[in-house]
Order: sequence, then C-alpha cells, then structure tokens
Amino acid sequence: MTLIAILGAISSMIFSGTSLLYSTLGEVLTERVGIVNLGLEGVLLVSASLGFCVTVKTGNPYWGILAAMLGGALMNLLFGFLVITRRANQLASGLALMFFGFGISALIGKPYVGAMIAGTPRYLVPGFANIPLLDTPQFRFDILIYLAIPVAILVWWLLYRTRWGLTIRAVGENASTAFAAGRNPALLQYQALFVSGLLAGLGAAHLSIAWTMTWAENMTAGRGFIAIALVIFSKWHPLRAIVGALLFGGAVAFQLLLQASGVQISPFLLDTTPYILTLVVLVGWGGTRKHAAPASLGRVYQGQE
Amino acid sequence: MPSKISKLQKIVSPKISLRAITKTFPGVLANDHINLDIYNSEVHALLGENGAGKSTLMKILYGFYRADSGEILIDGKPVQIQTPNDARKIRIGMVFQDFNLIPAFTIAENIALFLPDLKPVLHMDAISRRITSLSSRYDLKVDPHALVSQLSIGQQQKVEILKMLLSEAHILILDEPTRVLAPHEVEGLFRIFDHLRKDGYAIIFITHKLKEVLECADRITILRDGKVAGSLLRKTATEDNLIKLMFEKEPDQLKAARKSPQGLDAPVLLELTAVNTCAEGAAVSLKNINLKIHRGEIVGVAGVSGNGQKELGDVGLGLETCVSGTRMLMDKDATGWSIGRVRKSGVAFIPENPLTMAVAPMMTILENMVLSDTWRYSRQGGFSMDWNAVHHDTDQSYKKFGFPEPNLYQPARALSGGNLQRMVVAREIAHNPKLIIASYLTRGLDVISTIAARQALISARDSGAGILLISEDLEELFTLSDRLIVLYAGSMVGEFKPRDTNYYEIGHLMTGSKANHDPKN
Amino acid sequence: MTPKTEVQEKASLLVRLKINILARYALIILAAFFAFGLILGLSGINPLKAYADIFAYTFGSWFGFSEVIVKMIPLLFTATAVALPSRVGLINVGAEGQLYMGAWLATWAALTFTQLPASILIPLMLLLGMVGGGLWALIPAVLRANGIVNETITSLILNYVAPTVVAFFIYGPWRSPLNAMYPQTVDFVAAARLPNFFGTRVHLGLVFGLIVLVLYWFLMNKTRWGLEMRSIGGNPQAARRNGLPITLYLVLIMCLGGGLAGMAGMVEIAGIHGRLRPGFSPGFGFMGFLISWLSGGNPLGILIMSFVFGVISSGGDILQITQGLPFAVVNILLAVTLFIVLARPVLFKGKKA
Repeated sequence: MTLIAILGAISSMIFSGTSLLYSTLGEVLTERVGIVNLGLEGVLLVSASLGFCVTVKTGNPYWGILAAMLGGALMNLLFGFLVITRRANQLASGLALMFFGFGISALIGKPYVGAMIAGTPRYLVPGFANIPLLDTPQFRFDILIYLAIPVAILVWWLLYRTRWGLTIRAVGENASTAFAAGRNPALLQYQALFVSGLLAGLGAAHLSIAWTMTWAENMTAGRGFIAIALVIFSKWHPLRAIVGALLFGGAVAFQLLLQASGVQISPFLLDTTPYILTLVVLVGWGGTRKHAAPASLGRVYQGQE
Repeated sequence: MPSKISKLQKIVSPKISLRAITKTFPGVLANDHINLDIYNSEVHALLGENGAGKSTLMKILYGFYRADSGEILIDGKPVQIQTPNDARKIRIGMVFQDFNLIPAFTIAENIALFLPDLKPVLHMDAISRRITSLSSRYDLKVDPHALVSQLSIGQQQKVEILKMLLSEAHILILDEPTRVLAPHEVEGLFRIFDHLRKDGYAIIFITHKLKEVLECADRITILRDGKVAGSLLRKTATEDNLIKLMFEKEPDQLKAARKSPQGLDAPVLLELTAVNTCAEGAAVSLKNINLKIHRGEIVGVAGVSGNGQKELGDVGLGLETCVSGTRMLMDKDATGWSIGRVRKSGVAFIPENPLTMAVAPMMTILENMVLSDTWRYSRQGGFSMDWNAVHHDTDQSYKKFGFPEPNLYQPARALSGGNLQRMVVAREIAHNPKLIIASYLTRGLDVISTIAARQALISARDSGAGILLISEDLEELFTLSDRLIVLYAGSMVGEFKPRDTNYYEIGHLMTGSKANHDPKN
Repeated sequence: MTPKTEVQEKASLLVRLKINILARYALIILAAFFAFGLILGLSGINPLKAYADIFAYTFGSWFGFSEVIVKMIPLLFTATAVALPSRVGLINVGAEGQLYMGAWLATWAALTFTQLPASILIPLMLLLGMVGGGLWALIPAVLRANGIVNETITSLILNYVAPTVVAFFIYGPWRSPLNAMYPQTVDFVAAARLPNFFGTRVHLGLVFGLIVLVLYWFLMNKTRWGLEMRSIGGNPQAARRNGLPITLYLVLIMCLGGGLAGMAGMVEIAGIHGRLRPGFSPGFGFMGFLISWLSGGNPLGILIMSFVFGVISSGGDILQITQGLPFAVVNILLAVTLFIVLARPVLFKGKKA
C-alpha cells in the first residue's frame, strides 16, 4: 500500500462523494416538501447523458453542466406533474420515471459511446502547492468539487433561514396546516422539485463530465438509490449530508485500496459494498430516524375539497 | 374572578351578528336559522350536546364552510366570508380541536408560518421578541425556541392563542378548548380569557362542560338540534336550567327500561379489572376501569364522544392493549389474546364507522359478510368457500332483522352509510355471539332500521348474549340498558340502573359536574 | 332476488367488466405507441419504419411470433410475482434480484446433481428456484413486517446486489474452462434442460407459467386465503379488527412472490440458455412490475400485457439490429405506458392501479 495508492483512494473518495452530495441535497429538498422520488436514478441518468452529449457537441463543459441541470429539472417537473397535479401514487410514479430515464439516457447517449472530452479544468487545492507530498495530480479538483460544500451550506440557508424554506418544510410536515396559513402547497412542491432537479443535474454532470469523462449505459449504477438512503442517514439535513456523502465515497475508496493492496477479494463482492452499506444504513437508522422524517413524506396532498 | 357584565353592553351594538344562518349537510340540518350576537369585551360560551351545530356555526364564521342562507354582519355591515383568509382579514381567528401546529417546528416557526407580514429572509429574533412581549402581557408564557412536539397540550393551546393574537385577530373562537386540559390548566385558560376580555377582545368558546361555562362566560347561548334553544346572561344561568335547555327531556318522560331476565348472578362474559390504557396524542387514556358484563344483560356506556368510549370498545375487542390490569373473557385470562382468538371465542364487534373499520369497500357485499369469520365457511381445508351457505345465512340474517336485502354482488362501497351499518349488524349478530360490543350502533340509521337494530340487540340479550352498548343517544341508552355507566375523561364516573336515575344526573356526569340534586325533582 | 336473475346479473356484470378491461388496455397501448413514436421521431428515427420493422418481425413469420412467446414466458412469472404481494398491499420491486437468485440456486442443482434423471432434476430445480427467490424476498419482508423499512426500497436495492453475486460465481467457482471469450458456466446436462416445442425456442416453461396464472386466479378468487388476502389489501384496518393474522400474511406472501420470480429465473436458464450467463435478464423483473401495475393484478390482464410486452421486447431486439438503437430504449415505451395510466386522463374510468 503505497502513498500514491492512499492519495489515490482519498482522491477517489472526494470525486465519488461529490456527485453523491449534490444528488443527496436535491433529494433532501424533494423529501422536505413531502415527496419521495424513487425515480432519482432515472433523473441522474438523463442528466448525465444530456450533459455529456452537449459537452461533446459544443466542446464546452460548462454548457454541458447547464444542460444537465436543466435536464434534471425537467425530469423532476414531469414527475411533479404526475404526483402533484394528477395526484398519482409517488412510488409507482417514481419507478416509471426511473424506467423512462433508463430509456431516454440510452437513446441520447448511444451515439456518443467512446467519445472523449477534455472535462473540466482541475485546480490544485489552494495552499497545497508548496507541500511536496500533496502537490500531486491526485489532488487537483474541479470547480464542482470546490463548490460542493458551499452549495450544501446554501441549501441549508435556504431551508432554515428564508421564508421559502420555512413554507417548504411546513408543506412537508403538514400541507393542510400550510394551506391554513395561506400558503400554496402545490406551487411550493413544484418549486422544490425544480431546484432539486437542478441539484441532481449538478451531481450527474460531475459524474459524466468532470470525473469519468465517458458515457456508458447505466453509468450511475444505483447512485440514485444510495442518495435516497443517504437522505435518511443525514436525517434530512443538508449539512449532515456532507458526512454521509464522504462515508459512501469512502466505501468506494476502501474498495480501491483493497484491490490495490492485492487483497484477494473478488471485485464483484467488493462491488456490492455500497449497496450493502445502504441497506445497513436503512435498517440501522431507518427505524430510529423515522421520527425525524417530514411528517407528511409520501402522502399525496388532496387539496381543498 | 370574572367581572360583572357591563351595563354599557346593552347600549353598545354587537361586534358580530349572525342572522338566520342556515346550513344543511347531506341528510342533516346542522344550523337552522340561527341568530347570534357577539360583543366586544365579552366571553361568550356556545353550549350544547354533540351534533347540536356549534362547530358548524363557528366554522361558517371562520370561512371553513359557507352558509346556505343568512348573513354575517361585522360592526353592523354585512360581510362575505368565503375562506379562512377572508375571516383572518377581518380579524377573526379560530383554534380547532385538533391544533393547526407543526410538531417538528419551534413555537416561533409555527407562529411565523401564519404571520401575514413575514419577510422573505426570516428574522426569527424579532419574531421571538414579539412573542415574548405579547406572551407576558397575557400570561401566556412560552419559550419561543421550544419545539412544539415537546409541549403539553395546554402549552400547545397557548401557542395557538398567541398565533391568533400575533396575526392581529380580534375575535377569538375556540372549539372545545378545555376538552384536553387538566383542571389547573383550565383555570389558567380562564385567567387568560379574563386578561384578553379586559383589553377588548371578543372570545367565543364552544363547549359541553357546564361548570366551566358558569365559571367564566359572560353570556351563554345554548344550541340544540341546530337551533338556538336559549340565550342567557351568566347571572341568570344555573346548572339545572342549562341542562334542561341542552337536553330538553323532562325527567318523568323517561321510558322504562325492559328488565333483564337474568340477574347479576349470571355468568360473567367480560371482566375488566383495573384496566389502564395509554393513549397517543389527542386520544384519551382509560384510567382504572372496573367493569363486568354478564350473560343476558345490556350495559350501556354514556358519555360525550371523545371521553374514552372508543378506547373501551377497543379494549374489549383486543385492539387496544392494557398497560396494566387484566381482561377476562368467559373466565379465561384474555389480556394478551389476538383479535382473531377473541372473535373465535364468540365476541362480535360493531364499530362506529363501518366503511373504515369493518368493511373492504371494493369487495362485494356477499364477500364482506364473511370477513369476520371466514373459518366458518371454509371447506376442504381452505381451498374453497361455501358461498351457498353464506348466501343462505345472509338471507336469514337480513330477514331476522327486517332489513331490506341489497344486491349482494355489488361492491360494498356502493352502499350508503346507513346500509353499511345494517350489513355489519347483520354480519356480526348472525351467529348468536356470546358478547357483542356495539359502538354507536344506530348512528346514521333511519327510523325503521333503528328500531329493528335495537330489537336485534334485545333479542340477542334475551337469548343470553351480553352486550356493551356505547351510544350518545340518551333515549337509546335508557331504553335498552339494564345497567348504565358513564365515562368522563377516561374514567368511570357513575354506575346505575336506568330506573334509579334520570337524564339530569347522567347529563351532569357526562358534562363533568357533580350531581347534587334530588332525583325526585 | 330469484336465483336466475341473480346469475344473469352476475354474468352481465362480468361481461361488461371484461369489455371494459379490453377497451381500456387497447386505448392505453395505442396512446403509448403514439407517444413513443413521437419520441423516436424527435430523435431522428422514422417511427413508421420502426413500427413496420417490429410488426414484420413479430407477426410476419412463425419464428418471429414464437420469439414473442419466448419473451413472454418469464414475464408471466415475474408479473405474478409482483401481483400476488400487491393484493395484500405490498409493493415488490425486487423481482429482478429474486429472479437472479432463483436462477443461481437452480444452477447449483443443475451443476451438482448431474446424475439425476430429468423427472427429478427439473422439479428439484424448480423448487430451488422458488427457494432462492423466496429467501431473497425474505429480507424485505421481515423488515417491512416489523415496521423498520418499506419493502419498496429494500427490494429495489437488493436488485443491484443479486446480479453481482451471480457474476461472482460465474467468473469464479462455476466458470467454464471452455469458451474463454464469454464468461459462463458449463452447459447443463440434458436432464436439466426444459424441452422445446415445434422446433422453436418456446419451452415447457410456458406451460408452467400458464399453470401459475391459473393457480393465482384460483387462489385469489376461490379459496379462503385469497378472500382474506383481498380483505387485507382492501382495508388493512378493518382486516385487523376482523381478526386476520396480518403479519403472517405479509411475510408469507412477499416470500411467495419472490419464489415466483425465482421460478422465472430457473425457467429462463433451463429453457433458453442451458447455462448461467451474467446479465441474462434484460429487465424481466422490472417489466413484470409494470405489467402487474398496468393490469391491476388481474390474471387475464397479466396474460394480455405479458404478450404485449413480449412484442415490445422482441421489437427492442429488432430495433437494435435495424435501427441501431440500444435495447434499453424499449423502457421509454414501457414508462410512457405507465405514465398514461398514472396520469389518469378522463378517458380511463377504470380503477386506480
């Protein structure tokens, strides 16, 4: 286990954790307003594909990031139409969105298999330049990574320090009470879904444009569901999501470290680590943390009779 | 102590006038040409039994419902109140029985949510300061940073009142505010009313509790069956004349209860000893219940809805667990039995809301007739059901009770509420159960079916069944019961034979006051 | 009511119901095909040509039609694997993973008991397929019954674990030394293979699948347990008051559903592939979920929709060849169909899924 291997693992942890963090932040917003989006996986796939393709087409990764964000927002709005306006079952609608995402992302991305992009520029962590050990390519991170924690703080500020955030949380706790207070639950839910879609798009963009820089079918490999578990783990709080994202990023890093150090564990079994970890989180924390969930999570608001 | 009524109020015009307010819901006339005047600086009690129309009237005033006819005048001018927002604009506020609070939020956040002038970026400190200053003024001391989930019900109520005050409400309506308060909390509430009244607020509170009305109201309006039965100043009100206005019955018009053929030496079917339950949230906990039901008797449970009746029925069935105490069924300790086992030993249950509690709405009526005893018609080890036998027994049952039999192949949800209840009665009593728990048996039934259902209970009793009859209809209880108990706030506050008591005494106990009059009156 | 008119009433009710169902399906399918055609068109593909390709392949030749049936067989199982738990209110999205685990356990039997005759080996594999899938569903079942986690998300996540476990065995202990190009197990012995019909790839699994559907119909509509299950699904509160053992049913039925999905896995590898390959399921489990949801758990509906999905699935294969589209694109069509049902436009006055 060399130093390079360790540094590489840490670097992977940060890269992996970043896209998870954005996606988790998005789902935190969604669930705070009372909606569970099981189709997040589909949203991420579409965003990742859209972002990658636009980057290839335009040669500019920032257009790609923007496209990914808008794609995510659009997918979420479609979901919103089903569960808010048509009052459909959230679980079934989410799964339908997931399938839709599988298909659309494959349709968009297939022509771009094997395409290469330059990705986004990477910068060394400020202050590391003079430290010989840490001045390595491993520790050059792109702008989305640097923005990740500030964005998490922004989401926290939105939720807890603004009127919009207060009313969003109220809708997720009890939409009828929010309505009695003169707020508009349906509109608020749409708004939250829109912002959440932008965030999910950011996470997906980081995956396809800044990190892997390729396209593959099913490239998100269940990250959407891991994000959903992370929301529970973070008790629906944006700042705690940072810890959770690092934890799962760490699982990936751990996987790599084990492989690099020559330990003879099948890569397949190692691949199951994030999912097993997710299950453990759900079982260990899901039950006890249920009381921290927004009280009306998953319930379809019936509106004024 | 509340101050005397100001003579000036007779000269000053009312703040709110309700004129000829009428409201009908499907099948029931909730408000029938009601006139009501409310003045500034008064505490006005709206008194009446369940279903008298009090809540409906206030919900119309608050914009939750719209009246079919009649008008509302504020300061002498007619106004349109279509939604709660309209009501809030003219400074009417209302506290409902189930509070409009978010448990996960702090007090300050809850109040902020309802503020009409909330800024885009929250200034919780400023809001907290406003809360603190207002709360000390009116003895509503709360810590703005506390979470609502950690507050007692009494404290939550204070938050609701603060919410109204901070939203600039001037007319305050409270629906059954003392239902969930402990006695000392009730005193605190009345002190708050006093402070507010002195500052010019108009307070209307809905209640069924006499003692409290006499303690703090300035004026009292009694509603009965959707009409105003009377309106008095407090100084002319007594417990007796209030009860008379609420219940209308004269004591000597009591119908004689049919005597039970068995005495109290008959075998005991259900025995509850020192039973306590633990209730969540707004539900009521049962406290130290000791009750026996014998073969061949009907035990009636009187009380205003929400005082523990539902919980008592659920304990009998096994749905509600006893935190302490024992439950014996047919001389066996059944405290831990599953519901299936309880039912198989001969217990039937007729719940208050058939659609949500007894019936699978999408399944046919014929299928529903079997759901509480599938084992009886299961053949070949469960591989088939004897539908012919079900059909036959259903026909018999409906005939026995005199209910018209509907098309058995339609889904149960096609039936009206009354017909559903008939179906449940026909199902539960079809096979001569040993013990019947009937919760609001005749609610929603038409006259003929009501008589038939009551007759069904009597026949069951005469055949040796024991019955626990929960009802809010005193006439029904007095007519059918061999013994009568009264539940108030989760405790048994009285046990009688109907012929030894009368409506007054029961009414007192139901409403929390002590009976202290001569039964011969 | 006289007995005769009652029977007549019942019969006419049923007939009206059936016509209603068929009309509803037809409308949904048409609308979905239209929307999918639109999406294809937006991506620069001629929808009419695409549909013509599909039609020509699936209905234009006997072989093409038999391939539709081949695709339909596992769907009969996975759809029932979702429909059965749905009747007690459970949402089983883990059919994909349960399918893999069933295939895995059946493969173990095929590779271990090579000396047994088919009359014993096949039923053994079938049984083990059920056990594999059933055990995989036990985890979500128990967690749900104890109120810890919703079975939807646990069964979903396990979908990602199962294929990896299977891959581990294929690349590892079970890897065939021959055929170094493709990772797979050794070929099954003849006794472990399901016989085919008429020179096509349609295999005995079709018969099993149809039997499963009939048994499902019989269970739900004729037996006492089906009655109790329907009442739990219809109103769990009332079912509790009526004395039914809810927890027992929840766990049992969820596992039974998993077992059915496991059978799908067994049937597919024993009938078509004759060996265990990684990723042999193009999403049968997910398609089963969609079929169950679209048909409202109705056995006849499952039969019809499984056939339709078989057509679409074959269509996906053909479009891969003629239009160069990835197979995953059929998910769009399937998703759009579900969107339409969920959005409940006024035309469809059928019951909520």
